[in-house]
Amino acid sequence: MMSPAHYLFLSLALFLIGCIGVVTRRNVIVILMSIELILNAVNINLVLFSRIFGDAAGQVFALFIIADAAAEAAIGLGIIVAFFRNRETVLADEMDLLKW
Amino acid sequence: MTSTNYFLAHIWLIPLFPLIGAALMLFFGRHLQKEAVNLFCVGSVFLSFIHAVGAVFALHSFDPDHRVFQQILFEWVTPGPIPAPGGPIPFVADWGYLLDPLSCVMILVVTGVGFLIHVYSIGYMGHEGGYYRFFGYMNLFMFSMLTLVLANNLLLLFVGWEGVGLCSYLLIGFYFLKKSASDAGKKAFIVNRVGDTGFLLGIFYIAVTFGTIRFTSVGLGDPVAFAGINQTLAAMLEQGRLIYGAPVLTAIALLLFVGATGKSAQLPLYVWLPDSMEGPTPVSALIHAATMVTAGVYMVARMNAIYQLAPFAMDVVAVVGVTTAIFAASMALTQNDIKRVLAYSTISQLGYMFLALGLGAFSAGIFHLMTHAFFKALLFLAAGSVIHSLSGEQDLRKMGGLYNSIPATSRPFLIATLAIAGIPPLAGFFSKDEILGRAFERHPSLWVIGFLTAGLTAFYMFRLLFLAFFGLSRVPPEVERHIHESPKSMTVPLAILAFLSLVGGWIGWPSSLGGVNQFEHFLEPVMKSVIPETGAVEAANHARSLEYLLMIASVGIAAFGIWLAHSLYVKNPQLHTKIAASWPRLHNLLVHKYYVDEIYDALFVNRIKDLSTAFALFDGKVIDGLGVDGAGWLARVLSSISMWWDKWIVDGLVNFVAKFTRFLSHPIRMLQTGVFSSYAFLILLGLAILLAYYGHHMQVLVRSLR
Repeated sequence: MMSPAHYLFLSLALFLIGCIGVVTRRNVIVILMSIELILNAVNINLVLFSRIFGDAAGQVFALFIIADAAAEAAIGLGIIVAFFRNRETVLADEMDLLKW
Repeated sequence: MTSTNYFLAHIWLIPLFPLIGAALMLFFGRHLQKEAVNLFCVGSVFLSFIHAVGAVFALHSFDPDHRVFQQILFEWVTPGPIPAPGGPIPFVADWGYLLDPLSCVMILVVTGVGFLIHVYSIGYMGHEGGYYRFFGYMNLFMFSMLTLVLANNLLLLFVGWEGVGLCSYLLIGFYFLKKSASDAGKKAFIVNRVGDTGFLLGIFYIAVTFGTIRFTSVGLGDPVAFAGINQTLAAMLEQGRLIYGAPVLTAIALLLFVGATGKSAQLPLYVWLPDSMEGPTPVSALIHAATMVTAGVYMVARMNAIYQLAPFAMDVVAVVGVTTAIFAASMALTQNDIKRVLAYSTISQLGYMFLALGLGAFSAGIFHLMTHAFFKALLFLAAGSVIHSLSGEQDLRKMGGLYNSIPATSRPFLIATLAIAGIPPLAGFFSKDEILGRAFERHPSLWVIGFLTAGLTAFYMFRLLFLAFFGLSRVPPEVERHIHESPKSMTVPLAILAFLSLVGGWIGWPSSLGGVNQFEHFLEPVMKSVIPETGAVEAANHARSLEYLLMIASVGIAAFGIWLAHSLYVKNPQLHTKIAASWPRLHNLLVHKYYVDEIYDALFVNRIKDLSTAFALFDGKVIDGLGVDGAGWLARVLSSISMWWDKWIVDGLVNFVAKFTRFLSHPIRMLQTGVFSSYAFLILLGLAILLAYYGHHMQVLVRSLR
């Protein structure tokens, strides 16, 4: 039998993997993928607690997040493609136009 | 003045016709055909001539002592009281016309000769550019000249005086692309300015002395309201406020005479007239021989009342006149330009006229003016016809033997030459003889000079005639083939003027030869003596035999001059060069016209040029250098100071504020690394801190889940 802690640990693991990916990776596409991981970690938590408390709102919320993630991926990839056309790079540390 | 005749009532039309012609030409002439120009300009002068003849006949029908017609069109200049030595005097100048015997003679000469010359110009100027311009100026000249001779006051006369000067300038410089022509125009204008200054001062002096500048009050009704110079002068004499020979009168007379020397080309202001020959020949005939240059003679004759009372001024006039006469005649001896010979001859004949005026023989002067207008206009027009037939050649050395090839030109020329030489019974004989007779009577020494001048005149005129028309032809062959008689429009005026030169003197047929001298009687009312009692010019009371003797003498010296010219230039054409070679200094002096132009250049022209150079230097160095450039320099220095203040103090403060802010913000700015990952790391770090802080809430939450 799986206790809620298992789910939480899985979620925590995914979250940490996502965070480490966002912080350490240079490729923006990989960073976007890491953000997806973080979102999914949150999704797992939402679904878990929804089940525990018997409240469907958490699951509805998770569906919204999935839709949001899809939209975010579409827009994010669009931005990256446009940026690549201008600057010929997808590396985050070279995206320093706003730097002082 | 009993009834007003049409011509007298419309006397203002006489100057108006040419003015309309001139206005038409100068405003619209460019668009008119030559035929239209001829119609308007020559027609306007013809209308003036008709009106002048009508007016003169109307005046002639008056009683001889009341032959004055005066008409004031309007009050022209009304400046109010002007200051004078005897307190302020009311002053007024009318735009009014005065017709008396003197102006009768003048308007007939001006319109008559002027009309003939206009007709002549149709032929002479036919091939020239600026045809309408020429006729416009000529008509403007006619207007000015008629205003001059018809004016009833000195100021209006001065308007005409300046107008003719302007037209003279415009017409001398008619070929304005030729530098010598435009220079000659300027010279004429500037030299005349010198004379005009004197004339104007004379007018001012008259205005403050007599309080009026109107010539006479006759014909205007109230002699007090319409005061005239002649009446005021007579009244002042009667009251003893002026006497015979008063310095005021001498000063006025001399100042007016300065004006006359300028306009009538007398010593020392004659230098412009020879140069004025640069203008077209009809201009030389009309302006510089027949009419404009006689304006000075007319003016002195018009002011004869003042001159009669100023004996010293009279002597000056006579001496200047006779000196000019012989001086100019001697310069004419060696000239080779056909028109220049005639120009010096004109100066010389004008000298005769002034001699007559200076001797008190005013009507003799005007008589000579009239006859001279006939034969000198004829000489110029015939010379123009010669030039025309020789395709523009003016040099006497390239003429000769033309007498039979252009008879319609050469015969009138011969008549005019005989007339000017004083051969009876042509016009010049009577007028010149009258002057010489008066000279003998008054000052035998002046007579001697005048007598010698008569010989010189005959000599140089016949030299001109022989060189141009007789002897062997020296015309270049390519010109000789084109020799042609001038058109009818030129030869008919020549014929009419030749007729006038023949018979024009007969109206002054002297009493000693059985005539009545109508001319003098006609003019007498204007020229009557104003000298009180004893000083009167005594009537001619010398013996008849003396008069005959003088006539024979002057005809004799003229004949001698002709014989001399004949033997030097026809019989023995090499002789004159030998004579010239044996007197090289004298010949050089004459050829260079006594170096007068050079002396004037050295004395006046170059000094004025020096002065203008000095002024230019002053302008360049002081006005431009110190004033303009200095002000610019000062402004630059001030602005650079102000710029420094702006840059370092005003802008410096602003920049300091900005830099100070930037300095303060430096540590915070350093946070903005621009590296995406570090931002993400900081976000997570913050999240971790938040989680750590609110950790126990989490614990509660997690516990409750169990």
